[in-house]
Amino acid sequence: MKKTLLSASAVCLAMAVPFGSVMADENADLIINGELEITVRAPAPAHMEGSGISEIMSGWVFRATETQAFEMDDFENPGMIFTEAAIDAWNTVEGEAGESCASCHGTPEDMAGVSAVYPRWNEGAGEVRTMTTQINDCRTEQMGAEAWDYDKNDMLNMQALLASVSRGMPVDVAIDGPAAETWEMGRELYYTRTGQLDLSCANCHEQNYGNLIRADHLSQGMINGFPTYRLNNARLNGVHSRFRGCVRDTRAETYSVGSPEFVALELYVASRGNGLSVEGPSVRN
Amino acid sequence: MADNVTPRVRVPREAAAGETITIKTLISHPMESGQRKDGDGNVIPRSIINRFTCEFNGEMVIDVAFEPAISTNPFLEFEAVVPESGTFVFTWYDDDSSVYTDSKDIAVN
Repeated sequence: MKKTLLSASAVCLAMAVPFGSVMADENADLIINGELEITVRAPAPAHMEGSGISEIMSGWVFRATETQAFEMDDFENPGMIFTEAAIDAWNTVEGEAGESCASCHGTPEDMAGVSAVYPRWNEGAGEVRTMTTQINDCRTEQMGAEAWDYDKNDMLNMQALLASVSRGMPVDVAIDGPAAETWEMGRELYYTRTGQLDLSCANCHEQNYGNLIRADHLSQGMINGFPTYRLNNARLNGVHSRFRGCVRDTRAETYSVGSPEFVALELYVASRGNGLSVEGPSVRN
Repeated sequence: MADNVTPRVRVPREAAAGETITIKTLISHPMESGQRKDGDGNVIPRSIINRFTCEFNGEMVIDVAFEPAISTNPFLEFEAVVPESGTFVFTWYDDDSSVYTDSKDIAVN
C-alpha cells in the first residue's frame, strides 16, 4: 500500500514539472524598456458586472515567463521590427492626391491615444469604424490610394506602429450613444455558442480563463495587445484573424475578416479591456 | 533576393576594462528554408543568412554558421570581454552573396 502511494506521488511530481515550465508568472508586472509601465491588471469595467470577472487581465499575464520577457524590451520584441517598415510607409507618398500619412498627421507619435479609443463611431459614415477601416478610408478618400487588405502585412504593420505610440495609455472605447447598437450585437455574439463543439467566447475566456484547454493556458481573451506577434506563426496577427481562429476551433463556419459581425465583436471585446493599457505589438505564443 | 533586410545591434556605450558585456543582434530576414513549396507546388528556393561574425578591433569574437532551421529575423545574444576601447564590427552573410554590416564603438574607462 505504501509503495502504491509513493509511486502515485512520483507521477504527480513528474506531471508538475512540464506544466511548471509552460505556466505563467501570473503576478509579474510588465515594464517595457525598464521605463514604460503597462497596466496588465485593472478593475473590470462597469458593464461586465454579473460576468463573474472582477479583475481584467492582459493576455501577457497568462504567458510563460520566457514569452513575457520578449515584450519587456523593444529590441527583443519581434513585433517592433514591423513597426519600422510602417514608418517607411507612413512617410511614403501614395495615390493620386500626392499625400502620405505624414502630410496630414505629422509624425506617428502625434497619433498617440488613437489606438486606445478604436473601434469608434464615425458620425459622417454612420458606422462603427475599426482602425483598419479608418486607415483604409484615409487611403482611399484622402490619398486616392488603394486600400490595404484587412489583417494583411501593410495594414498590420501600420496598426502595430500606431499601437506602439499609444502603449501605456488606457483602452477607452465608447460603448454608449450611437455605438450602443453595434456593441449590443457584439455582446450577443460573445455569448452565442457556435460550432460542433458548441462553445461561445465566454465559455473559454470568461468561465475558464486560467485553466488549461489541452496545452493552452486560457486567457481572458483581451485584445489590448493587438496586433500581436505570435511565436506560433512568426508574424503579426490581427484581431479578426484571431477571432476567426477561435471560431474555427469551435468547428463552426466563421464570419469573414472585416465583416460587420467581427467589427461588432471587436468593439465589444475591446470594451471588456477598458482600463488595461494599449500594449501592441504584443508577443504571444 | 531578400527584401527589407536591416541589421540592428545593441552594445553598451561604455564598460570597465576586462568587463564581460552582453551584445544583442537582430537582423530582419525571411530565412526561407528551401523546404517549403508555393501554391503551385514549386519549391521556394533557399534564402537565408548563412554566417554571422563579430569582430573587435580586428579580432574574431564569434563566428556562427546558420542553418535553414534558424527562425525568421534571427536574434543572437552573446557575451564578450572588452579589454580596451574599440569597435565591434558585425557582419551577416546572405545566401544571395549580399553582405550586411553594422559597427558599434565602445569606450573603456
